[in-house]
Amino acid sequence: MNQTRTSESRDPHEDGRTRMRAVVGSDRIEEEIFGRVFDGKVTRRIWQFVRPYKRQVAISVVTVVAFTCSQLSIPLLIRYAIDNGMTPDAPPGILLKIVALFALVVATNFVASLVQESVTGRMAENVLFDIRRAMFGHLQRVSLSFMDKTEVGRLMSRLQGDVNSMQEFLETSVLAIGDILLLFGIVAAMLWLDWQLALMVLTVIPILLVVRILWLTRARAAFMAAHEANSITNGALAEAIHGVRAVQAMDRASLNAELYGELVDNTLNAQLRASKLAQIMIPIVDALTGSAMGVVAVAGGLMVASQRIEVGVMVAFLFYIQRFFDPIRSLTMQYSVMQRAMASGHRLTEVLDVEVGVEDAPDAHSLGEDDDGSVEFRNVTFGYNRENPVLKDVNFRVNSGETVALIGPTGSGKSSSMALIHRFYDVQDGAVLVGGHDVRNVTQDSLGRHIAMVLQEPYLFTGSVRDNIRYASDWADDEAVVEAAIAVGAHEFIEALPQGYDTMLAERGSNLSLGQRQLLSFARALVADAKILVLDEATANIDSYTEMQIQKALQRLLEGRTGLVIAHRLATIRNADRIIVLQQGRLVEQGDHAKLIEHGGLYAQLYQLNYASFDDLPDELSDEDRTLAT
Amino acid sequence: MEAATLNPQAITKMTNTAHSGREAGADRLFRRTSSVDPHVGLGAIARITRMAFRYPLRAGLALAATVAAVLMQLSIPVILGRAVDRAQAVAEAKAEPETLYRIALLLFLASVARGIFTLIQNYSAESVGHLMARDIRNAVYGKIQNLPFSFHDRTHSGDLITVGMLDLEGVRMYFSTALVRTVLLGLLIGLGATLLLSTNLTLGLLALSFVPFAGWRSTVMRLALRRTWLVLQERLGVLSQVMEENLAGIRVVRAFAASEHEITKFEAASKSALQLSHERIETRVNNTSAMTLAFFAAMGLVLYFGGRQVTSGEISLGTLATFLTFMSILQMPVRQMGMMVNGYARASTCGARLFALIDHESKVENAPDARDLKISEGTLRLENVSFAYNGNSDRQAVSGISFEARKGETVGIVGPPGSGKTTLMHLIPRFYDPAAGSICIDGQDIRGATLSSVRQAVAVVQQDSFLFTTSIENNIAYADPFTRSHQIRDVAESAQLHDSVLGLPGKYGTIVGERGVSLSGGQRQRLSIARTLMMKPAVLIFDDSTAAIDAGTESRIRTALKAYAKDRVTLIVAHRLASLMHADRILFIEHGRIVEQGSHDELLRLGGRYNDLHELQMHPSAEMLVRKEDGR
Repeated sequence: MNQTRTSESRDPHEDGRTRMRAVVGSDRIEEEIFGRVFDGKVTRRIWQFVRPYKRQVAISVVTVVAFTCSQLSIPLLIRYAIDNGMTPDAPPGILLKIVALFALVVATNFVASLVQESVTGRMAENVLFDIRRAMFGHLQRVSLSFMDKTEVGRLMSRLQGDVNSMQEFLETSVLAIGDILLLFGIVAAMLWLDWQLALMVLTVIPILLVVRILWLTRARAAFMAAHEANSITNGALAEAIHGVRAVQAMDRASLNAELYGELVDNTLNAQLRASKLAQIMIPIVDALTGSAMGVVAVAGGLMVASQRIEVGVMVAFLFYIQRFFDPIRSLTMQYSVMQRAMASGHRLTEVLDVEVGVEDAPDAHSLGEDDDGSVEFRNVTFGYNRENPVLKDVNFRVNSGETVALIGPTGSGKSSSMALIHRFYDVQDGAVLVGGHDVRNVTQDSLGRHIAMVLQEPYLFTGSVRDNIRYASDWADDEAVVEAAIAVGAHEFIEALPQGYDTMLAERGSNLSLGQRQLLSFARALVADAKILVLDEATANIDSYTEMQIQKALQRLLEGRTGLVIAHRLATIRNADRIIVLQQGRLVEQGDHAKLIEHGGLYAQLYQLNYASFDDLPDELSDEDRTLAT
Repeated sequence: MEAATLNPQAITKMTNTAHSGREAGADRLFRRTSSVDPHVGLGAIARITRMAFRYPLRAGLALAATVAAVLMQLSIPVILGRAVDRAQAVAEAKAEPETLYRIALLLFLASVARGIFTLIQNYSAESVGHLMARDIRNAVYGKIQNLPFSFHDRTHSGDLITVGMLDLEGVRMYFSTALVRTVLLGLLIGLGATLLLSTNLTLGLLALSFVPFAGWRSTVMRLALRRTWLVLQERLGVLSQVMEENLAGIRVVRAFAASEHEITKFEAASKSALQLSHERIETRVNNTSAMTLAFFAAMGLVLYFGGRQVTSGEISLGTLATFLTFMSILQMPVRQMGMMVNGYARASTCGARLFALIDHESKVENAPDARDLKISEGTLRLENVSFAYNGNSDRQAVSGISFEARKGETVGIVGPPGSGKTTLMHLIPRFYDPAAGSICIDGQDIRGATLSSVRQAVAVVQQDSFLFTTSIENNIAYADPFTRSHQIRDVAESAQLHDSVLGLPGKYGTIVGERGVSLSGGQRQRLSIARTLMMKPAVLIFDDSTAAIDAGTESRIRTALKAYAKDRVTLIVAHRLASLMHADRILFIEHGRIVEQGSHDELLRLGGRYNDLHELQMHPSAEMLVRKEDGR
């Protein structure tokens, strides 16, 4: 009561005035976009992916140099043509020779750009796919506890966004070499042509550089703001699309439109600002180029007049000036690309360096046909961290062909036991034996073939119904798929789908009902035809009609197999050969239904409450039990 | 600039996550959606152009500035040529050195003017685009929010996201990349050609010789790139879907030891995308290199023939310099000709899709003379209500349903899956309109009432509870954002949510939803109940919305709602009979019709369908199930 009062008095809207609690869209989790410009560790790690393409890198660099040189030499050739080929006293045929040389340079330029762009582009793409493949492959092996605590969206942005900015970096870094070369080349060529005129003209370069850098920080902030505002608006649109039914049901459309209008206006303003900043550079650059050209016109003109330089030099200067800004622009852009790439690279290496939790022992052997379907827990203690074991000294054995129901309140360690059988995690103490072998001594692949699993939430992949039932059991032909579907009672509804077994499932099978999805996941386990079936029964209430089908399918699935079922439903439990009751990580009782009823323990209490689902009253019962125990 | 506003990657990501993945790619939009049928063509272009001129000042300014910028642009090579000639003239003492200053000043002023006009041109053009985008965004958003369920049933959410984000960009870019660029290029080439050809026909023709070739290659390239881009997006969509499903379903993958299988899938998707990527590089590189080659070849010719004319004194050196500089000025815009063509192509398809959405007529709308519902007694009455999806009258989802419920009454609705329970519940708040019969609240047909007043009078706790990515508090207050904190707590307590909320790190401020803390199925449903309670409707509907809530909690919710239920009609759809057996009346629905009705006890005594279901739920055992099955 006291608690309530405090929070009430702290509430600023209790004075009768209310603040609107409405928003559309939401802030996104932002990640650091720009990192340090250079990070040795990251660079070394990424270099490992570039190394296989060393030859291509070499070709790229050579061709980019050739390309830049050919570009640099064109104004020089024009100058040469003017000063030596177009004078009245020029020997006949010299102009043709110069133009032939020009043609040669142009041909070099053509070949170099063709080779450079295509080699660099392909290489960057290849490296990108290699990195992605390495990450994806690695994620198949890292421990499930990492996967459990990492959002899929986060990993996806590593696999996509971060990998892409790495690619952008690789592609442009070769060009950066060309740009630096071009900039220095222009400066050198001008100095060589006439150092005095060059120095006069070159004063604009530092100005340009400074202006550009000053501008960049401001512009970048504006671009980011525009980008951010745009993403927020798009996020709100996505929300409206996904949540349209809720919006209409709660009659929020007009208020939302108003709020969205505000977001749109914010975006507009941010974009206009960014646009203004992006354009402001144009007159500045033009003014600087204009003044450089003016300098050439006056100083160069006077030099020509005093015959200090030839007129061709003046023309060449005018050509070079028009190219000044390009390398400066791309170099400053490259700077941002590099920062972004380092931040991305850092995140990529983080994924690549996640520890692989469970690995095959070097001398691991395969579980084969000869190994039976028994499962044994020997003094198993396990926890996701050392301090809080979720299973404490658990011992039990399930014989080949036996069906055991595992029951217990939420948090009793049922799901962890299931995960241990499949060696999703390694035990802290004791051992889990499958087919008489410690799971740590067999290969994970063979373990996977020995055990089929049905998870609580049926998970379907995009693809046809057939592909989903077959999944990884490549050996199963279409007949086997249909057989399995018939066996679990899914055949009828599959046949009723528009394209039968070839019907494509929508995302996660959302065009099927929960019951239907469950039956498909049963069929998938049946096709896998493993000796041991581990099943986590769904807790959600399904209508009784579908429930009936699922019960039948379950029985069919368990025929001739060892079954370990985390059971919630009485019907499932009653059909098991044996029941194991877990509570707070300990095995508290086991036996068949009659024996446990006689024993009068936790199971008997649960049973007497006559609930259809065994999960219904876990808290109270376990509390009660705790009080009884103390 | 483009990078700041358009982030295709992020959009692709959004589209892909929303999409069933395999349909990613803007081109395949609405293929399955009979509801929206875009006509691609000039119509869309004309309409977009009209939209742009809704901002006549900015649009006009952009075009005027373009003309001015082109004129300045053209003057620069001429002035440069004059500078060269003048320098020689000064050398030959035919001109005063001072005249050089005038030329330099002219050069500077022309450059600055060009810069300023270009700034005005670009900024005005872009702001027209941004302003158009604002209008379209608001229109799209309003439309999407108000289009009825039937539209959303048939339209993929990913398609709508593509329209609202990518197609928007296509239309936004139209004015600056297509229209203004056309004017720019037209003037630049037209005036430039006139200038050059009138100065010297041969040299002019040589200087312009690269233009048709480069323009053609550029167009071919852009269109090819656009085509492959759409396919590439699709393939990348598949790739990202393979990765995403793998990561989300990693437990299944591990359970079936299927990483080999998954890596094979990944490799296949990856290779097909990579191959197309390579093709795109090839297309781009081949064409751009060819364009450069054509440009330099033309320059070589100008240099040779121009040089000979200079030697023979036909033209001055300055004229040659003018030709050469004009060529380098023209080079970039010509190479971008493809972007212009692409701008039109993109705007026409994107615009067609956008307009198809914006123009889509809603089937469930306010009648012209619609009035707000007036709630007095709070009596709900359905008379002979029938409904069929897609207007297909052979397969009626609901047929001939009549019942009445008064304030304070609770009606339970039960029946096999697919019997039409949810459909019926969706007719009452007018998510759909019935094909026949009428639904009245206090004697007023809801079709004659404003949608907004109906939605406020009829609240539904839906099966699938969509949570908004915001705080729990805001989610609960969704229907009534001006509510007070203690009211939020009250409904949370009634929905048995309060204790769970206190267990969360940020209490009522905890962000939930897609990007927030994930709640369990039961918590989501309780939150959904809480936010619906906020509405205080005349009719409250629970549409199978307690499936993930355990029986004990559900009964506590029921108890907490006793007083609340007195003031309204409550309809409960549920599978678990315990959820509705306390109702005043229970309707058993099968094939869209009421087959049994009465109180729990009456229906048990009747010994029909309801009784069977009751038996099944009370004594679930395999033998019994088998017996039932055989009995059918």
